[in-house]
Parts: sequence; structure tokens; C-alpha cells
Amino acid sequence: MSGLTYEQSPTTDGEEISNYTINFGPQHPAAHGVLRMVMELDGEIIERIDPHVGLLHRGTEKLIEYKTYLQALPYFDRLDYCSPLAQEYSYVLAIEKLLNVEVPERAQYLRVLFAELTRICNHMLNIGAHVMDVGAMTPNLWVFELREDCLNFFERASGARMHSAYFRPGGVHQDVPLKLLTDIGDWVDTRLPELFGDAMSLVQDNRIFKQRNVDIAVVSKEDAIRWGFSGPMIRAAGIPWDLRKSQPYDVYDRMDFEIPVGTNSDCYDRFMVRCEEVYQSARIIKQCLAEMPEGPIATEDRKVAPPKRAEMKQSMEALIHHFKLYTEGFHVPAGEVYVATESPKGEFGVYLVSDGTNKPYRCKIRPTAFSHLQAMDFMSRGHMLPDATAILGAIDVVFGECDR
Amino acid sequence: MAKVLHPAPRYATNEGVRDALCAALGSMVVDCIEEFGEIVITVKRESIEDALRLLRDEHAYQQLMEIAGADYPSRPERFEVVYMLLSLTKNHRVMLKVSTDEATPVPTVTTLWPVAGWLEREVFDMYGVMFDGNTDLRRILTDYGFEGHPFRKDFPLTGYTELRYSEEEKRVVYEPVELAQDFRSFDFTSPWEGADYVLPGDEKADAPPVDDPKVTEKPSDTGAGKKADEKAEEKVSAGAPAEEDTGIQQDAPETTEERPDREASKGDVHDTKGATKPEDKE
Repeated sequence: MSGLTYEQSPTTDGEEISNYTINFGPQHPAAHGVLRMVMELDGEIIERIDPHVGLLHRGTEKLIEYKTYLQALPYFDRLDYCSPLAQEYSYVLAIEKLLNVEVPERAQYLRVLFAELTRICNHMLNIGAHVMDVGAMTPNLWVFELREDCLNFFERASGARMHSAYFRPGGVHQDVPLKLLTDIGDWVDTRLPELFGDAMSLVQDNRIFKQRNVDIAVVSKEDAIRWGFSGPMIRAAGIPWDLRKSQPYDVYDRMDFEIPVGTNSDCYDRFMVRCEEVYQSARIIKQCLAEMPEGPIATEDRKVAPPKRAEMKQSMEALIHHFKLYTEGFHVPAGEVYVATESPKGEFGVYLVSDGTNKPYRCKIRPTAFSHLQAMDFMSRGHMLPDATAILGAIDVVFGECDR
Repeated sequence: MAKVLHPAPRYATNEGVRDALCAALGSMVVDCIEEFGEIVITVKRESIEDALRLLRDEHAYQQLMEIAGADYPSRPERFEVVYMLLSLTKNHRVMLKVSTDEATPVPTVTTLWPVAGWLEREVFDMYGVMFDGNTDLRRILTDYGFEGHPFRKDFPLTGYTELRYSEEEKRVVYEPVELAQDFRSFDFTSPWEGADYVLPGDEKADAPPVDDPKVTEKPSDTGAGKKADEKAEEKVSAGAPAEEDTGIQQDAPETTEERPDREASKGDVHDTKGATKPEDKE
């Protein structure tokens, strides 16, 4: 595998110099998890990278085939554990597409609200980690404060900080208290711009940060398309492509927001696109809070969503529905769909094949990091070894999702 | 298609796209369906590369987002490989499918999209589908030295080997899977809704009539006789518990309630003749 290449060097008087191969990871803080990269180096210049993924492969897709549709939902939190709700989103939309079930407006607004909160939460981690990978310590600690706030909001809505399992086929699990919505509103108005703005003022125009990122891993528009890029990676390449805008789901078509686009398609652009997305997400959150109507938070179709607990104590019908839903689950008409949503990292897709029973026949998950990581080789060629961490940080890779 | 109620992503309309694409692909098409708002075109295996090139170059499906494998063991060609295409300019999605078996390779599409490299590796790793022309068809997600293709339907969920760190050997050791409890597969489907197994007792309904019925017409058929009587006398078992005096009252229990003030039932409740024996109407 590691073919040593010998060449005549003009500076060493004809002495043979060989490239050497190093292992980057799998236990390396800048590898963002368990990535192993076999790097062939010529001095400090990267000649070739062979990323070895799959060290976190847990067979999620196989496990899902053995669970009912509802039982399979929490697996999606555990894929990309930095943006759990965004993964659930694709899955519940895929089920709803097969069932053709109507979702009440309040539930749609709640899902958009929490998906955007997840986006902020995810970008806080990525921006912080990226900045730390190239040497800065302080901004990471500051933005983690914001991430903590987001996780607290998730906890108040669903009871769990990270693995929320909050989105359900037909709506969301529970309604949120008014105080939570006002607190999110206050946070978006005051704390988020203050803290995030402060942290970014240290980084965005920083000389060292720019030296480490500008003109690193430039990808042309054509390459971005050929390599299946999506999300901030394709937007940084100058293609204004955002599934929330072009293929709106839920109430995204009512939201007024803009899509940041890069001009130079390097690591710095990817970073800046994410920074701007945080502000755009904040805009969407504000609109959701302003427009969110009162009403039910899940479909009234009792074959899909369970009845209220109080109703269950009174009505035999409701009790039966509840019992059937949590034992047998619901049956989904036979067919296949591919549903992709804009997760914070890019296009997160679910290819769901149903055979008419209460369990998915096949559930293929399209991770975002898989195609981006594959491009690691051609993006890093000719760059220095320390640039690999910057490139990796700008890809925004999480291995729970990449390896599944 | 019925009215769209769901809030799933809304892209450009499917209207006319199916027919246009089918006509363009011509003889390569095996099947072309539109269901649940998704266009799925099944093409011949050997022409998948041409079909995808045509869609990419002439119909503006620029991006290959995903290649998914699927296993249907009951079919003669058990595997399906599904290609998800996305058009950035037309804002539309379409799926292409080919089917294959363990031995027959599918032409690679790495010649069209470099991203297909890993996607094909994954399908190979999980299902064992071969891709002809993929120069780097190594395993990708499973362990180094893994055997088998885990997403096949006949591969058990728990797998065959497990590994742990052995303190004695100071290394990770691989062992056959040992489960403290068998994997439990619950079947929640209602018996009248698609259970494909025979309910207990139902097998008798279809059993053929017995040729030689078992009867006890002669005393010898019953197994009784002198020999059996002798045998029965040999064994003297302990008395059944009921025969011993346990002090427990054996009579019928006292009624717990008396209702002297309750009126006697007026209707003739004992006469059910009317219900069971309808009168002859002549």
C-alpha cells in the first residue's frame, strides 16, 4: 500500500530520498473522532492521503431494519451527535412522505425552530473546533458557552440534552412551554450576537488564522459538483445551493433568510459561510417565534401519533390506540422514497424502503461527511502537513454520521 | 397521485418528467414508475453507465448524491443498486436502479463521478456487489480482515465474532459471539393482518383424513386385560393429597351473599326453547 517512491534530488547529490508514510489518527485530537489517515509525505508536503473510515461503524442501518419505525428514531440522534435533531428531520419527513400524513402548523414551526437551533449548536462546535485546530484557544471556550445554552433549550423541550428524540412522525413529541420560547427569543436577541460576535472578532480578521486558512484546499465549482459536495462546502465554492430554499420542507418557504456564498472556495470561506449561517439561523428562529400559531403539535391521526395522556385515562379508544402504537407501531404503505434535508453539515438523506409492515425493510442513510472526506485526498495534495487539520476542520466531519 | 398533505421537501414538479426521461433512455429502460412523488427508473445492468451519462450530460442531473444497496433474497437477482441523482439547475431528483446477484458485476460509474468510488466501496462492503472497473474496491466500513457482507438479509444482526481486550495477552482478541440470551425477535403484527405463519391448532384444519381410524371396538384395542391389571397392582403410589384428611372443608362453600329482599325475576329465564329452536312456520 505504501509504495515508496525514489527520486533523484538535485540538492542531495544523487542520494536517494524516499517519501515516508505516517498514520494520522485514529487517536488524534485534530482527527475529530476516530479517523485514520495514511499520509504519504515528501518532507512536509502531502503527496497522498488514504482516509480509513469505519472505526465507528455500528451497523445502524441494519439495526433499524429490526426495529419499528418509532423505535428506529433515536438511532438518528446518535449518528451525528453534534446536530441530533437535524438527522431526525430527514427520517420523520421520509415516513410522512410514505404515509402522506398532514402535520399541524405549530408542529412545523416547532421543527423549523429546533432544527435552526441545532444548526447554531452544530456550528458552535465546528467553528470552535476549527479555530482550535489552527491554534486559537479562547474563542472555542466562548462559543461552547452558547452550545451549552442550546443544549439546555433542547433539554427543556424534550428532557434530553443531546439525544432528544423530539421530532416524531406526524409532528413533535411534546408542546413547549411559553417561557422556553420567550427565553429562546431573549437569547437570540442578546446573548448569541454578543458572545458570538465577541468570539468571532478575535478570529475573523486575525492574521494567524487567515494565514492558516486562506487559499487552503481550494475547490472549483466543477469539482464540488463532481465530488458530491453539499451544505457549506458547496456554498463556499460559490454555488448558492441550500435545500431549505430550493426544496423547502415544513414552513421554510415562509421564512425570510439569505444564503451566504463563498467567493474563493478555501477553508476560510467555509468558515465564514458557517459564521454567517449562524446569524441567518437566528433570523429564522425569530420569525418562527413571531409567527408560531397555537394549536396541536402532532397529527390527529391516531394511527400515527399517540393520544394525549389525559385522553387515554378517559377513552377506551385512545387507550387501544396508545397500546397498539407502542407495541405494534404503525404500518407504512409499501414503497420507497429518498428524502434529503439541509443538515448543518450538508445534504442528509434517508432512502427508506417499506414493505408494508411496521418495520422498515431498508433504511439507507446518506451521510454528509462521507463524500466530503473522500475528497480529502485531492484537496490536501501539495499542502503542508499542518494544513490537513485545517482542511479537516473546515469539512466539519463527525464520525458517528460518517461511519453509521 | 392523491393530494399531497405531507411537509416533505418540495422540488420541481414531476409532471411529464417520467415520460421524457423514459423516452430519452429508450431501450435501456426496464421499468419506470412514479410513486409517492418519486421517479424510479429501472435500467438494464450493463447500460447503467450510459444511462447515467445521458442523464448527467443531456438532462442536467449534475450530482450523484448517493448509491444505496438493497437485498431482496427471494428474487432471482437478489441485489438492487440505487443511484440518487440531483439536478442543481432543474431542482429535481430522480432515482435509477439496477439489479444484480452475487456473481455478476455492475459497471462502475467512477468514470462519471469520482464520488462514486467510496459509495461503490460501501455497497461492495455491505452487500458483496462487485463493480466492474472500480480500481479501488476495498472494504470501507467494516473491520480490517472482516469476512462476510453484514447488510445481507441472511447475515445475523449479532454477527459472528466479537472482540475484547485481553489483559493476559495484552492485545485485542477475536472470539465467536456468545450471547447470554438469544436474540428476541418480537412479532407485533396482528394474526389477521399478514402473519404468514400457522397459528397453533390451524395445522389440523388442512390435515388429510386418516385412512385407518383408531378405534376401541375390541377389548384388546384398549390396552386393557389381565396383563394390564397385574401391572397396575404392582405399583402402589402414595395417596393423592385429597384422600388424606387435611382439615380443609371439602363441601361447597357458603354463599357469600343473600338477597332476601330481591324480587324474583319476572321473565321466564329458564325457557330458552324460543332462542334455540325456531318454530316451524307452515
